[in-house]
Amino acid sequence: MSKLTDAFKNQKAFIPFVAANDPDFEGTVNNVVALAKGGADIVELGIPFSDPIADGPVIQAADLRALKADPDLPMDTIFDMVKEIRKQTDVPLAFLTYLNIVFQYGYEAFTARCEELGIYGLVIPDMPLEERGELAPIAEKHNVDLIPLVTPISADRIEKIAAAATGFIYVVSSLGVTGERSEFANGLADLVNRIRKVTDVPTAIGFGIHTPEQATEMAQIADGAIVGSACVNIVAEYGHQAPAKLTDYTKQMKAAVNANPVR
Amino acid sequence: MTELNLELNKNISGRYGEYGGQYIPETLMNELDRMTKAYEHYKNDPEFKTELHDLLVDYANRPSLLYYAERMTKDLGGAQIYLKREDLNHTGAHKINNVIGQALLAKHMGKTRLIAETGAGQHGVATATIAAYFGMECEIFMGKEDTDRQRLNVYRMELLGAKVHPVTSGSMVLKDAINAALQDWTKRVDDTFYLMGSATGPHPYPLMVRDFQSVISQESKKQLKEKTGKLPDMVVACVGGGSNAIGSFANYIDDPSVQLVGAEAAGKGVETELTAATVERGSDGIFHGMKSMFLQNKTGQINPVYSISAGLDYPGVGPEHAYLAKTGRAQYVGITDDEAVQAFEYIAKTEGIVAAIESCHAVAYVEKIAPKMRKDQIIVCTLSGRGDKDVASIAKYRGVDIDE
Ligand SMILES: Cc1ncc(COP(=O)(O)O)c(C=O)c1O
Repeated sequence: MSKLTDAFKNQKAFIPFVAANDPDFEGTVNNVVALAKGGADIVELGIPFSDPIADGPVIQAADLRALKADPDLPMDTIFDMVKEIRKQTDVPLAFLTYLNIVFQYGYEAFTARCEELGIYGLVIPDMPLEERGELAPIAEKHNVDLIPLVTPISADRIEKIAAAATGFIYVVSSLGVTGERSEFANGLADLVNRIRKVTDVPTAIGFGIHTPEQATEMAQIADGAIVGSACVNIVAEYGHQAPAKLTDYTKQMKAAVNANPVR
Repeated sequence: MTELNLELNKNISGRYGEYGGQYIPETLMNELDRMTKAYEHYKNDPEFKTELHDLLVDYANRPSLLYYAERMTKDLGGAQIYLKREDLNHTGAHKINNVIGQALLAKHMGKTRLIAETGAGQHGVATATIAAYFGMECEIFMGKEDTDRQRLNVYRMELLGAKVHPVTSGSMVLKDAINAALQDWTKRVDDTFYLMGSATGPHPYPLMVRDFQSVISQESKKQLKEKTGKLPDMVVACVGGGSNAIGSFANYIDDPSVQLVGAEAAGKGVETELTAATVERGSDGIFHGMKSMFLQNKTGQINPVYSISAGLDYPGVGPEHAYLAKTGRAQYVGITDDEAVQAFEYIAKTEGIVAAIESCHAVAYVEKIAPKMRKDQIIVCTLSGRGDKDVASIAKYRGVDIDE
């Protein structure tokens, strides 16, 4: 079974995100290890892209910081970061990036490296269902799940996307780009129910979640919660001091996704 | 003018060989699908076609002239040069052809708000113009670098009732404006139509934009036939994202005797970092919703690009151009800033036409190639826009200080 699906077994999953090379090589390794230490069930590691069209200002800024430090930032450097991470933790990892990064490295070579280093999934916001065919068979061969996104306006695409999914399904909480929010779209429960009719693959809601209360609420609806901008904000604010804060925040959020809601 | 043939393009798959596609966030997929279906429907709808025709004729001032540039022809001493005068259209460029088509589609889809990106401001002005005409809300995304450089066009758009958003993310130029427009669209798809300015982006944009711009070659083919009874030997147009070029090529692609040439902005030189010559310097990639050719680094980060011409300052090219380049059906040549500025001055002095600096990239190529061709051969060169907007920056390039 997929290592990512496994992470949802018997409990709600908390899935934090940080960007690679923000603030630097060592900082990335320490941040991911800190998230794992706090109890993260999966860690999403963002590979910076010059033009992250699905991301809001916070993650855009992280990508820019990461690339400013090293404009060429070779993919092999990021794989080296993962190698270091793997010396300290076996937390399930997924990459979040844009398709061009994978395309340039070569689909075969990229997913082979992922398999070798224990990157179990790829979240690629600019690869919708219709375009996954060029990568899917290669990724499958290397046991890398392609994590699809489903949105509040996916409508009759929901079932088609869910049927093709492995690993987990990323449910987008609301329209727009990533970033902290105070409100989510209506009908998320219906959306998740539609997915569950088609597949046993677990769901995690992301985009905008930052408080423990929101995490509790979203984990009532889906099987897990994904938190990006809030973690990235911690890195932006504390730099090399971020790891301790990330561990604390993860403990809190991990408890929140498994808490009973106060009504 | 005969009605525009929107059925010219038999390939409606959104793929041009391996290029094209819809590499775009899930949030936009249903909307792109609705747009594709609406376009497939309306392009066969007699009422839509009549409306489009009337707007092109009565509002945009079509057909545009095919002008025999006798002085240039004599001076260069080779092929006969005809200029397709898109600079004479309403709003001063070819952009209006596409904007009318897409806005009309938006209206029929029940949309009330148009958004668009713009570099120099030409597409923004055209979009603001048509939004005013249709009484639609209009918001334009423009890199902060460009709003600072092109204050006059910002004011023009505001005068036409549009709201202009200076984009401060990334490198604050055209590609960042496209990112911002796409992001705005993901927040608000129900009432909003993203009016893409070039033959770029996810399907169906490259197809629609090509069809709407193909009015250029539909007319030029007929006009040249009337004047000379012949097909041209060569068609030349400048290439930013590639909309005026694909429109200039479209009706000749199946005529193998017609050589198709796209003039790209080489900036300080194709071999330098300060260039926007995508086909010559770029490589295959996936960006802004399409698989095509891009200027990028080895990892796949999109490069900052440079050209004196804000309208050609884009790190990619539409997918059909990537395909025409790959198959060898069209050739793409780099023209430097210096060559374009020289052509700007040349065509002003020989023909009395102040053409857009973008268009002058095509003119510069004509200056090079015409003398090498026979006198019985014919070049059709598209003048995509007029150059009033460029006068101040050309003066500056020449070290002349004038008040804007
Ligand atoms: C006059 C003019 N020509 C050409 C272009 C380049 O666009 P395209 O390659 O889509 O024709 C522009 C873009 O702003 C323009 O304003």
